[in-house]
Amino acid sequence: MTIARLKASLLVLPLIVFLGLFFIWPLWMMIATSVQGGTVRLAFPATAVAIAQWNGDGLPSPDVQAALIQDLRAEVVQEVFGDAVRSLNSQQAGFRTLLPRTMTALRNAGADATPKLERIDPRWSQPSFWLALKRGMPAYTDANLLAAVDLKRGDDGTIAHVAPDMAVNRAIMLRTFIIAAQVTLACAAIGLPFAMLAASLGGWKRNFLLLAVLLPLWTSLLVRTAAWMILLQDQGLINQILKALGLIDASLPLIYNRTGVLIAMTHVLLPFMVLPIYASLIAIPRNLMPAAAALGARPWQAFRHVLLPLAMPGLLSGSLLVFMVALGYYITPALTGGAGDQMISSVIAFYATGTANWGMAGALGLFLLVPTTLLYIVYGRLSRTPLGQA
Amino acid sequence: MPGSAAFIQFENVSKAFGTAKVVDALDLHVGQGEFVSLLGPSGSGKTTLLMMLAGFEAPTGGAIHVDGKRVERLPPYKRDMGVVFQNYALFPHMTVAENIAFPLKMRGVGKAEREARVTRALDLVQLGHLQDRKPAQLSGGQQQRIALSRSIVYEPKVVLMDEPLSALDKQLREHMQLEIRELHRKLGLTVIFVTHDQGEALTMSDRVAVLNRGKIEQLDTPSGLYDRPRTRFVAEFIGETNLLAGTVSARTDGVATVVLANGGSISCAAPDGFAIGSPALVSIRPEMLHLGNDPAVLNALPVTVEDDVYHGDHVRVHLSCQGQRLVAKAGRRDVVLPVGSQAFASFNRDDCTLVAP
Repeated sequence: MTIARLKASLLVLPLIVFLGLFFIWPLWMMIATSVQGGTVRLAFPATAVAIAQWNGDGLPSPDVQAALIQDLRAEVVQEVFGDAVRSLNSQQAGFRTLLPRTMTALRNAGADATPKLERIDPRWSQPSFWLALKRGMPAYTDANLLAAVDLKRGDDGTIAHVAPDMAVNRAIMLRTFIIAAQVTLACAAIGLPFAMLAASLGGWKRNFLLLAVLLPLWTSLLVRTAAWMILLQDQGLINQILKALGLIDASLPLIYNRTGVLIAMTHVLLPFMVLPIYASLIAIPRNLMPAAAALGARPWQAFRHVLLPLAMPGLLSGSLLVFMVALGYYITPALTGGAGDQMISSVIAFYATGTANWGMAGALGLFLLVPTTLLYIVYGRLSRTPLGQA
Repeated sequence: MPGSAAFIQFENVSKAFGTAKVVDALDLHVGQGEFVSLLGPSGSGKTTLLMMLAGFEAPTGGAIHVDGKRVERLPPYKRDMGVVFQNYALFPHMTVAENIAFPLKMRGVGKAEREARVTRALDLVQLGHLQDRKPAQLSGGQQQRIALSRSIVYEPKVVLMDEPLSALDKQLREHMQLEIRELHRKLGLTVIFVTHDQGEALTMSDRVAVLNRGKIEQLDTPSGLYDRPRTRFVAEFIGETNLLAGTVSARTDGVATVVLANGGSISCAAPDGFAIGSPALVSIRPEMLHLGNDPAVLNALPVTVEDDVYHGDHVRVHLSCQGQRLVAKAGRRDVVLPVGSQAFASFNRDDCTLVAP
């Protein structure tokens, strides 16, 4: 029995290995990276030990300065040093020039000389730089997580808001949720009547409508977005037709703004709305609507009291699905939106590929992952509730 | 036939889907408080007739009057009819009480009165204790009763039933037949009941309309249909019968003499028509055939016993009469003749009837 079971589980072993290797492990690494303060510690091991003794008042003792000099003279891997500098610089602007300059000066001074750091650069006499160094040392840090929501630890270790001109993440996060909600609403407004039509028709008409939804799903996202770029341009097909019909004089601004993002994302995500609603409509017994009519329900009453409640599980599933997927959208807003329409994924991409700040990318990703996971749990519950038990 | 004036009138009603005529220039009058069954094989147009009355199909010709008003262009929700569907069509997301309250809610009946009437309707089918259940938690028979009480809670002019018992097992079906009859009598409902089950139609109805190919073959009381079928289709569709082909050779008022195609002559009760010389079929129910040895009685056919089949309460005797097969039902007290014996099958003049070939 147990051996048979073991053998059976071998069948899914490749899947489990795949998921572990390409899904869970990278996800875990990203989360881990977001809370690791390790790069500074790795680049300055002696300083890390020495600075732990300093209580943060005034300037640190000469021991700490000596340890830093020792670390800067030691050979370190270029990437590790670079990561450390970037990490420190994101806490305290100025490290990007300060550290390389100090390092060069120390190496030029020769191995035996013991120069004063303040002489090399006056910034070493400012406690804030030492504090940033101390704060960069712990093995785990909440700096990235706080920065992801525009917070930071002040000099005294309390949590404070970042300067208003630096606080962009919350606004973009909020915008991300708003765009996802708008797209969800638009998909529901189009998807529900569409699914109702498809479910009410039969034969080739139904197949045609379903194909119209499915065909885009089989087409590359990039191709669909590019197609919208062509259609929505100022000189694009839609504007030209509207002008030719004499409905407008000047081109409507349909792209590189919120309108463009919503149009393209709604189109791309519509199948995720239509298919669950269609599935729940198809499951409704055929004679319920005639029964409602026979019992005296006008068409809208029958819709409101019978069809809509029975289609609700599909509508909710579809909405959650669209909302979850929309939260993570990157390419479509990047190509059809303006600067003010970029979603949180573009910020994550900026940190990940633009500045190689994996910690920040991971932290922002975590803030996207948590609500998505919660919604997914709700979705799982909903899709398991059988008809008539809701 | 309670209620003399026609309450529901189909006048020359036709319905065609494309070139296929499903209902063909049909007339039907139903009195108030009457229980009329539409009986016929599948494709005979009985369900289409019901759907036209309920408002789900529009006739392609003719007029339908209910209570003196033309209704064929009214949408279903304005017709005020109760409909019981084959698979009950209860709303799965509503409780039993909500299902029954639905037609009242649609009519703007206030909450307090709604609850009172739902309670009364549930008591009528003795399911008051189930009012907070969902339909999925009920048995088929319970669901059917709920559907029934939902269709009468708003006191509609007419209750239409589309094969409502076909999904139930035999015992429950017979029980529900009695229950529906009881409700019909108690509430004075006008009921149009569609079925393909002749037993159901005969036991429940005041009158039965036998449909065939979109036309009414015969509209009659159950006993009228069984004892005096007017067409070959009705004679063969309702119950079981022996048909003997012949020609009318003499006739007086109500009685005709028929010379059979394979010899012999029969004296038979005959409806109007069937002039001398016209071809006719003599229809004799199996239980009306008596087997004996006396050739001198009226209407005696010489037969050979081919087989005896035991059925518990009766024995079916398969006979051969000059090449034609006949069936007789012998009661338990009748003498059962052994297979191969020669005998005479006789019947009374009033126990057979003439139908058009």
